[in-house]
Amino acid sequence: MAKLRGTGIAAVNYPTGMNLGGDPSQALIHATTSGSFVVTLSSSDLGQGLRTVIGQIAAETLGVAADEIVIDTADTDTGPHCMGTFASRATHRVGNAVKAAALETRGALLEVAALELGAPVDRLELDGFGNVLVAGEPARCARVADVASKAQFQYGRTISGRGAYMKPKSPVDPETGAMDPDSTEAHACTVAEVEVDTETGQVAVLSIRSAYEVGRQVNPALVRGQIVGGAFMGMSHALYETTEPYYPNPDHKPKDFSEYVMPGPAELPEIDCVVLEVPSSTGPYGVKGVGEMTANSPIPAIVNAIYHACGVRFDDLPVTAEKILRGLESKRSAEGAGPGVTGSGSNRPDAASNAGSDASGTADAAGGR
Amino acid sequence: MASRIVSFELCGREVEVLVKPMTTLQFVLRNQLGYTGTKEGCRQGGCGSCTVLVDGEPMMSCLLPVEDVAGRRVTTIEGITPVEGLAPIQQAFVDTNAFQCGYCTPGMVMLTTALLDHNPAPSREEAVEALGGNVCRCTGYAPIIDAIEAASASATGDATRDAGVMPDRSGER
Ligand code: FES
Ligand code: FES
Repeated sequence: MAKLRGTGIAAVNYPTGMNLGGDPSQALIHATTSGSFVVTLSSSDLGQGLRTVIGQIAAETLGVAADEIVIDTADTDTGPHCMGTFASRATHRVGNAVKAAALETRGALLEVAALELGAPVDRLELDGFGNVLVAGEPARCARVADVASKAQFQYGRTISGRGAYMKPKSPVDPETGAMDPDSTEAHACTVAEVEVDTETGQVAVLSIRSAYEVGRQVNPALVRGQIVGGAFMGMSHALYETTEPYYPNPDHKPKDFSEYVMPGPAELPEIDCVVLEVPSSTGPYGVKGVGEMTANSPIPAIVNAIYHACGVRFDDLPVTAEKILRGLESKRSAEGAGPGVTGSGSNRPDAASNAGSDASGTADAAGGR
Repeated sequence: MASRIVSFELCGREVEVLVKPMTTLQFVLRNQLGYTGTKEGCRQGGCGSCTVLVDGEPMMSCLLPVEDVAGRRVTTIEGITPVEGLAPIQQAFVDTNAFQCGYCTPGMVMLTTALLDHNPAPSREEAVEALGGNVCRCTGYAPIIDAIEAASASATGDATRDAGVMPDRSGER
């Protein structure tokens, strides 16, 4: 009986958005009388930080401080249409819609400012701190708040903008199945280290280290939050979580939350990442998506590390202590038959041929949605 | 069985509620008193999102019949939040990005409040131990442990405990 260590690697190529009849998102922006800007959306923030990054994109495009942006995602019945926050699409697709709406709003703002300052629109600029300036004449300026107020009470104008983003539905080639479903693709590679206890079957994940290429980061702290939280969730899928432990046999299904097995802070491995920024050509300011992909590559990396550690190949998740022990047992009884055997979770006839593959080879974490 | 009146101290003031037997403190807080900061993740003791302090000890309010807190001192997230700004522990959670959806956060903050009351400078292991009953599905716990260390450091004035904290991004949005 021993504690065996192993290292595994896996990579993911993750699509942003999906081919859902065009997969559109729309946005509306309007100025209030006090010069703040309300961005109205039907896109919900699940905690990934959508409201923050959308506020940043709107502020950057409008040329005002981020404090002046109010994100209203209150009601999907009355807000402009959005397909939703899934498929890591919101920063990219909602962001594109918001950027377009902010550009139109900016134009409307500058038209009113032109009346106020007596200068043509093309000579006006925003300083990012709530002022409209006449280029080259710093003395001639107006506060955005005053322009917004006067638009309503003096000029009878609206300061507002509309934005939409849609990638037309891509037809599927009936011969090859080829299509062009996504908006852009982000990439990551994860290296995991594990320790397998051959007596108890327990797997401890020691570290999960990843490199991510996610386009331009709108908010690096939120990107890191997705990556760290996703790595932990990936570990959870690899080793712990399932609603169907003996599928299709319903035995030992967790009946409620208290019986659902999850790792806790005591199982926290060392998690680290580096992020590379290669701007996309289609996203607002070069963004891609970094959401679901963060739980993808840790899973095959951990399973590959287990193979490296103990020579048993598993293709059925989660890799529980029971599966490890059964896998080690069948490996022992088959000793001499080959370099490795398949874990008990698999009934696949071709599984034996997987067993000899290189433990540290790259496994593709198909981007599950 | 007949309803009865239960009184206890809630965040510094006396409250009286009329309840049926076995009504939980969580239900009373959220549905009778409007204290919705205390969350309701599972209602069976499995997540800790409903953690409140009873006489300074962290308890899962979903498992606590309100009769059991009669005459006792209950503190919720509302009770530790100043009228202006944030309590230092809350600020530490913000500074370390220790929440995403925020559903676990009130429970985590109350737990941290009790932990630091008893042990102003917990080790990382002690912090992990204290978090054992509280689930976070978003952050992967690492930023929450960082938040506990940062809150401890700010309370004890020990700058060396800041080591695990993310760089200050307060200038960014
Ligand atoms: S709601 Fe009380 S522990 Fe989950
Ligand atoms: S922040 Fe979402 S559960 Fe902790």
